[in-house]
Amino acid sequence: MTGKEKLYLYSRFERLWHWLQGGLIAMLLLTGFEAHGTYALFGFERAYTIHNWCAWTWVIGSAFAIFWLIITGEWKQYTPTTRKVAEVIRYYAVGIFRGEPHPVPKSVRAKHNPLQRLTYLSLAALLLPLQMATGLLYYYYNAWPEMGIGTWTLQTVAVLHTLGGFALLVFVIVHVYMTTTGHTPWAHIKGMITGWEEVEHPEAVQDWEKKSA
Amino acid sequence: MNTTRGVRRAVAAMACAAALFLALAPPARAQVPQRAPRWITTDHSMHEALKKPFASPEEVTKACLSCHNQAALQVHKTIHWTWLCPMAPEGSGLGKGGLVVNNFCVAVKSNEPRCTSCHAGYGWKDGTFDFTSEEKVDCLVCHDSTGSYKKFPPGAGYPVMQPTQFGGKEWLPPDLNNIAQKVRRPGRANCGACHFTGGGGDGVKHGDLDTSLLKPSKDLDVHMAQDGANFTCVRCHTTEAHKISGRCYKTPASNTRMSLLQDDQMHKITCESCHSATPHKNGHKANDHTDKVACQTCHIPEFAREKPTKMSWDWSTAGKKKDGKPFTIEGPYGKDSYDTMKGDFVWKKNVQPEYLWFNGSMGNVLATDKIDPSKPVELNLVYGSRDDKNSRIYPFKVHTGKTPYDTELKTMVIPHLFGKDDAAYWKTYDWDKAIAAGQEASGLPYSGKYGFADTIWYFQTTHMVAPKEKALKCGACHAREGRLAKLGGFYMPGRDHASVVDFAGWGGAALALIGVLIHGLMRLVSGGRRKEG
Repeated sequence: MTGKEKLYLYSRFERLWHWLQGGLIAMLLLTGFEAHGTYALFGFERAYTIHNWCAWTWVIGSAFAIFWLIITGEWKQYTPTTRKVAEVIRYYAVGIFRGEPHPVPKSVRAKHNPLQRLTYLSLAALLLPLQMATGLLYYYYNAWPEMGIGTWTLQTVAVLHTLGGFALLVFVIVHVYMTTTGHTPWAHIKGMITGWEEVEHPEAVQDWEKKSA
Repeated sequence: MNTTRGVRRAVAAMACAAALFLALAPPARAQVPQRAPRWITTDHSMHEALKKPFASPEEVTKACLSCHNQAALQVHKTIHWTWLCPMAPEGSGLGKGGLVVNNFCVAVKSNEPRCTSCHAGYGWKDGTFDFTSEEKVDCLVCHDSTGSYKKFPPGAGYPVMQPTQFGGKEWLPPDLNNIAQKVRRPGRANCGACHFTGGGGDGVKHGDLDTSLLKPSKDLDVHMAQDGANFTCVRCHTTEAHKISGRCYKTPASNTRMSLLQDDQMHKITCESCHSATPHKNGHKANDHTDKVACQTCHIPEFAREKPTKMSWDWSTAGKKKDGKPFTIEGPYGKDSYDTMKGDFVWKKNVQPEYLWFNGSMGNVLATDKIDPSKPVELNLVYGSRDDKNSRIYPFKVHTGKTPYDTELKTMVIPHLFGKDDAAYWKTYDWDKAIAAGQEASGLPYSGKYGFADTIWYFQTTHMVAPKEKALKCGACHAREGRLAKLGGFYMPGRDHASVVDFAGWGGAALALIGVLIHGLMRLVSGGRRKEG
């Protein structure tokens, strides 16, 4: 155990996109559950309008994000792996309480541990497309007959969209909590704000990855 | 050079002034100039045929027909004359001139002289009226412009010919000569004379038609408002050969949904004719509702907004006397809540409509139809369903009642209410005699046993369109307990949810929250211990 090293993990675009998504998800959940009838906050029409604006912003932002992932090659960060998954799970279930080091320290080329990779990949590849698809179908309900799906029921789409919303809510709860599990409660959050994250056990990190200045 | 600059400055200043004027000026549609009707090509006061004293209203009609020689024959074919559904097969009895019963004054037969004061004719006092007579057509009730032509309430369609006392006021004979010379296309007061006071009083029947529409404010009716578009009834209820468009019985007001841009020759004006099927701002979700939700549903948030309307009529309590005399009790809004002649009433103002799927067609229970009195009897039926592509959700006034029926034969009955004879209910207050006489006059059997059935009558709410600012907000229906809470068979966002999904979803979120809290707590505790150690 020596000093901590600072790594530049999150580029400006990533940080922007992360916080934008965070804000969008928060607003979408807030307005989505109002439109669902759970509570009254903005009023149905405003909730609906905000929900749509956020949804379209997200769709457009996603196009940029996909472009960015391809161009930068950062998509590789999300390659799923089962290597060390068991260790990571064991760490969060047991090791973390014993002060053990994280089995997969962050590095510039692998800033997500295998559990994160699986989570974010399923989010980006399954849950978000499901939400966007069901959301778009919901929005274009009147065009269903022209789309050749006139026999579908709105309830099916609504239920799927609601389930997706709940899944995102669960993700947000766990995700926000997990950000506090760095070597200090703020370490991960600071990293996502400044781009620089303090990483413990730098022996696992190669020299060229370290902050030079 | 200088001149050019000066001109430029002047032009710029003018442009600014014009822009300012445009910005401040009210929208053009608010200023509808009062034009003289462009299609009038004659002055009736100059016609020789009308320059003579008229001894009877029929003489006026004959004078009219001396030029308009097809007019009476045209009127003969309309529901205003026959009081029968023009689409129904002959002899079916569909119409108030037939065997239709409602839960107001029930039916016309045996009560003609009173009811037919709203007939566009003269002298329909019983079953012997000659429906082929041209001179019996009343031209003036629809075409009077003076406001002085009044049919006498118990006069079988005639105005009085001598000053007569009725209903606490004196009825004076009309100046037929003057009235005949000032005829015009029907104004609001002409239609309103019957349609605003149907059921025997202002606003009794329709919650969306009463005398407040004679001079409505913009808040009450955007189209008819005098400071707005200033429509008369016939602006939308367009007319061909005296056939006035509108819904009647089974016939929808319009079978096609078209705008005047698609067919400028159409003669039935609906909301869509002028406003199109996508009347809202481009991209507004309300445009996606017009296939299933009628314009009226959102744009008539309440009916009877200015004057009260009758919501319930209980005939079973009629006939009570105070000191041996008939009496009335004044209730809210200065309206009677009880009348010996008629029973108990409930009047209401600013009433939220009920909402039903409706394809524009209504059915009716006739006095010959079997009814099931064990539950409220729908005396008219609103046709339509969620699965019918011509149906939309429409607002309705629902008038409830307790109405006489034959407990043995299980049919509604036609009571003889009005008349000078002993069988008339309003003379002797004897239901048995009144029903026997009414049924006999209608050619129907009566077992001799009567009771009062709970009944329902529906009125489509379509007038009194409020300004757009007063239209219903989305949340009025898109809410757990909103206005469409009772309308089943489809999923509506905000109203409906799958309980299982919500239970699982909130359960999952709660478990996640509890999980991370426990995990965090354990980290705190174990971290503290390590430090101590």
